[in-house]
Amino acid sequence: MVMEQILPEEIVYQRPESLVEVSTHYCPGCTHGVAHRLIAEVIDEMGIRDRMIGVASVGCSVFAYNYFDFDWVQAPHGRAPAMATGIKRVLPDRFVVTYQGDGDMASIGMAEVVHAAARGENITVFFINNANYGMTGGQMAPTTLPGQRTTSSPGGRDVETAGYPIRAAELLATLEGASYVVRRSLHDPKNIRLAKKAIRTALEVQAQGMGFSMVELLSICPTNWGMTPVDSLHWLEEHMVPYYPLGDYKVAPMVAQIRI
Amino acid sequence: MARELLKGNEAIAEAAIRAGLQAYFGYPITPQTELLEWMSKRMPELGRAFVQAESELAAINMVYGAACTGARVMTSSSSPGISLMMEGISYIIGTEVPAVLVDVMRGGPGLGNIAPAQSDYNQIVHGGGHGDYHLIVLAPASVQEAVDLTVLAFDLAEKYRTVAVVLLDGSLGQMMEPAELPPMRPVKTTFPEWAATGMMGKREKRNILTSIYLNPPDEEQTNLRLLRRWQEVEASEIRFKEYFMDDARYVVVGFGSAGRVALSAVRAARAEGIPVGLLRPVTLSPFPYEHIRKLAQRVEGFLVVEMNAGQMLEDVRLAVAGQKPVEFYGRLGGVMPFPDEILSEIQRIASGGLTLEGHPRERWLQRMNGKN
Repeated sequence: MVMEQILPEEIVYQRPESLVEVSTHYCPGCTHGVAHRLIAEVIDEMGIRDRMIGVASVGCSVFAYNYFDFDWVQAPHGRAPAMATGIKRVLPDRFVVTYQGDGDMASIGMAEVVHAAARGENITVFFINNANYGMTGGQMAPTTLPGQRTTSSPGGRDVETAGYPIRAAELLATLEGASYVVRRSLHDPKNIRLAKKAIRTALEVQAQGMGFSMVELLSICPTNWGMTPVDSLHWLEEHMVPYYPLGDYKVAPMVAQIRI
Repeated sequence: MARELLKGNEAIAEAAIRAGLQAYFGYPITPQTELLEWMSKRMPELGRAFVQAESELAAINMVYGAACTGARVMTSSSSPGISLMMEGISYIIGTEVPAVLVDVMRGGPGLGNIAPAQSDYNQIVHGGGHGDYHLIVLAPASVQEAVDLTVLAFDLAEKYRTVAVVLLDGSLGQMMEPAELPPMRPVKTTFPEWAATGMMGKREKRNILTSIYLNPPDEEQTNLRLLRRWQEVEASEIRFKEYFMDDARYVVVGFGSAGRVALSAVRAARAEGIPVGLLRPVTLSPFPYEHIRKLAQRVEGFLVVEMNAGQMLEDVRLAVAGQKPVEFYGRLGGVMPFPDEILSEIQRIASGGLTLEGHPRERWLQRMNGKN
């Protein structure tokens, strides 16, 4: 066996313990895989896999529970923060995270996430913003950019009739109960590193009982955008980042003390 | 424990606490709000979880999350709020986790009013959420029975990993009467093996609780498993109360407050020498179909009394299956029947007002038209 010849000190890259060894159902080039891996790496590094409970949402990440090797529940569309609240209130010493897309969190689940943040619920929300409904085949989402073509905005999103995209991080940052709300992007290695650091900080916030944390991750959807993965990454950088500026929208004073 | 003067909603809340409730999530709505208020004081006092949710949607999903840990958990609401909870109820059933729901019914449809009604029978007993499922539905007719059935609801929900509902109308929720509370049970300190609690070094394999089975044959298997478990419930958990039935030739059937008012009417009819009895189903689901079918063999006719337009009536007709005449008397939209209204229906039936022709609802509507 070739594998047996690799000495531990030579291993530079391997599957995190928190990821199950299976192929995912995600499309080629999709950044869900990157987001999954970053979350799994952080959980491994913090040694908290045994205390994790994930809440999957409805959308492409509905089957996230098949890929992470810890306990999961699966929420109705948009209700993951409410389910996470129920779990966390019964088991306050566990790590409870939701993994939600933009349709799930910023459309049908807007009330649930806003109120979880307002309550300062000690949970972490990972919010994947890819500017469309991926699972149902690329319809307009609350995050779809003005003029962006989708299967339900075939002429491009017309803000006169369909309104404007919602900047969820900025919105949640206004809430007193939110302790850590940031936006990162997954379009290049530098930003991926920054995203990982934010995921770590968010889970440290939860570890120290500091309240609600949310990490928004700008992501690509090559299949529904009708582009190659590489073109998608460029499109994200050129079109999404200007509308959704990367940065820290809420870092409570106590969170600023966290050193990773 | 001594009997105390207790308000229905508060008695249910305290009974749930004493049954070992670990978490309560709810949203204010009349006529059940005292239940939420009681929880808001008592649960934190005992170091247990209480959250006033932002909506009934959130409340039922908080229940869903907590139920996935295997904790004893409940919510309560009233008719329009229960409509909003239907999504979560279907998911909880589909995931096979236990939870308790209290529905203190009010007049509808729409915003309706805040007066007592029984018009949630169909949405609770015959679904309301999507998919094939059954809830265990317990219908008290007094504050004491509400206390006892609340405790039972937790035990049944856990035994069958399902949702148990305590279904009452606003008058029972608001009414004060003497009742004895159960002793305080200790809160569970362990969690079931199937629960999503974090592996905590106790399990190698992760627990996944979900209601999605994309492969249709898997979903079919899940449905069959739920159905087989429901057959066990039907075999073991049917409950009803009977009054003056030994020599009864006519049977009044009513649940909850309508059954209680009907009992006064039956007593008055007995005083007049009319051989009438009362059957009060305590479990509306599972429903005592077989018992009613057998009754139909020996009595001359039935009168169903409800605070709705004849929702349980259809289940009684299904059980009687045309063997004997069935009549109906209902009051709607938050109006409660008086005993003398039911008494005159009993008198009408005893003096030959029974027929196998047509539908009892049609005849009742005609009589209502004559009155109004």
